[in-house]
Amino acid sequence: METTGKLIRKQSLEKLYNILATGRKIYAPVPNSDRQTEYKYNPAYSEISYEHIRSTLSVKNVVFPKVENLLFFSNSKTETIITDIDLHRIPEVVLWGTHPCDNAAVDVLRSIFCWDIKDEFFSARLEKLTVIGLSCHLSDEFCFCTSVGLKPDSTKGSDILLSRLENGDYRADILTPKGEEIVSLSPELFESLSGGKVLITEVKQKFSHQQVTANLAGAFEHPFWIENSLRCIGCGACAYLCPTCACFDIQDETKGKNGRRYRSWDSCGFGLFTLHTSGHNPRSVQSQRWRQRIMHKFSYMPERNESLGCVGCGRCSSGCPVDMNIAEQLQELQSI
Amino acid sequence: MDEKIYRPYQMEIEKIVEETPDVRTFRLKFKNAVEAERFVFKAGQFGEYSVAGEGESTFCVASSPTRRGYIECTFRKAGRVTNALSNLEIGDTVGFRGPYGNTFPVEKWENKNLLYIAGGIALPPMRCVIWNTLDLRNKYKDITIIYGARTVSDLVYKQELKEWSERPDVKLITTVDPGGQTPDWKGEIGFVPTVLERVAPSSANTIAILCGPPVMIKFTMPVLEKLGFKEKDIYTTLENRMKCGFGKCGRCNVGNVFICKDGPVFSYEQLLSMPAEY
Repeated sequence: METTGKLIRKQSLEKLYNILATGRKIYAPVPNSDRQTEYKYNPAYSEISYEHIRSTLSVKNVVFPKVENLLFFSNSKTETIITDIDLHRIPEVVLWGTHPCDNAAVDVLRSIFCWDIKDEFFSARLEKLTVIGLSCHLSDEFCFCTSVGLKPDSTKGSDILLSRLENGDYRADILTPKGEEIVSLSPELFESLSGGKVLITEVKQKFSHQQVTANLAGAFEHPFWIENSLRCIGCGACAYLCPTCACFDIQDETKGKNGRRYRSWDSCGFGLFTLHTSGHNPRSVQSQRWRQRIMHKFSYMPERNESLGCVGCGRCSSGCPVDMNIAEQLQELQSI
Repeated sequence: MDEKIYRPYQMEIEKIVEETPDVRTFRLKFKNAVEAERFVFKAGQFGEYSVAGEGESTFCVASSPTRRGYIECTFRKAGRVTNALSNLEIGDTVGFRGPYGNTFPVEKWENKNLLYIAGGIALPPMRCVIWNTLDLRNKYKDITIIYGARTVSDLVYKQELKEWSERPDVKLITTVDPGGQTPDWKGEIGFVPTVLERVAPSSANTIAILCGPPVMIKFTMPVLEKLGFKEKDIYTTLENRMKCGFGKCGRCNVGNVFICKDGPVFSYEQLLSMPAEY
């Protein structure tokens, strides 16, 4: 990777942004009035945040929108006419300055949407996605990427990964053909790199995910789940904030004769999620749903999807209204 | 890549059978001849049936793959979608996507006796494999069907029950719960496990296929074991709430097993290795 490392000066980054922003959708982090960070399409360059630890929401909506139309229909007396969604109209999107955890999360989503049958909506969005990631030079107590096999400068999921140099310039690692394409738009902005210290934050490892996965295999009936979910209010905020949660609902909506079938974000934390029409519910209490959440991410997914369902971004813990901390729980699960 | 995995086939209702006051069977024909020709499924698979504007609902295909050109489904009017389906008439349109899931290993069962045990609305998921094996009758030895419901009026497929009872190559035992009989009821009276114990079919060279409400399964398994059935020779079909049907929406899993992909058909041996999350 040393060989593909380039220097991109602070001023050149702005030039690159403006070149890309012409005719493309760029999704970039911007501070909002609540002193939080949210992603916006094509903000002015001066608005973009390079100093945030985590944006409030992840960028998963770019490949897995909160609500995705699956088809349109029109009902008449004798027939239903179905109109497919034109996937060619999905725009090219460049993610700008997304942190390594969020970039790796896109690949986790791929492992769900593209195992066995390939989801055409996700695949089309992924194909149109280019990721210019940004290594983390800041972190906080909620970060635990190093516990789930990632690092503050993981390249996974990035086409180009930027890392801050001490003097305020950036090192650019060109990682994929899509990354090369970006470079080719303005090769002169990418200079050869000669040393310079890269600023990368340190994230302490809190647990071994391999050990957690191994322990979960025999932990289905463990009292841990009840003890650690009593305060869960089942609000689903963790799933909403999570960059890898992919569970969805499918519903129909009509206005007169016309309507749409769409899928929308859902959460295993909701009681309705698994409720049968008969009234029977295989996960009838919150502890069973909390178990499903942890098991799915750390036991079932490693086995079935060959990926871990967690990137250690810390949003579920920092955003939980009752302060449930997943990293602490995983730490505990390491030694049950 | 361009496969439209959420797009349903457009089906026309060709026939409606009112099985009970709230259970109906639809015979559905593909509107598109090419799709009809291309469509194949096997016994045990399921699909998502839909009414545009009301949504999708999951049921097994209740007809046999040996009967080409149509599929049948049987459902109880219970929720939003099944209510909407119930309001449809012959000639109306139903959406269908599928088939999904695994299948009953009917080839593996050749030259064996088959014992089908079903309770209530759980006969439909088994009807497919019953007809499948009856249509290939000479490949199997004795075929026994034990079917119970709460009351006589809750028995589904009454016409077929009559047909099976008249066939010399099928042994059919129907039963209703005590108190569920009518004055002219000629079948058994008693719960399925009790009747099974009374009939006591031999477990030698026999596969038992079981489907019913959890309470029936719970009390039938010990009887089967007492009769000498091995765990690997007992099969059932499970259901859980589903949305997609192909392992993405995240709700039908039982532990690390996806009912929509690894099931819905499981042997009792497999079931014992799974957590009770169904």
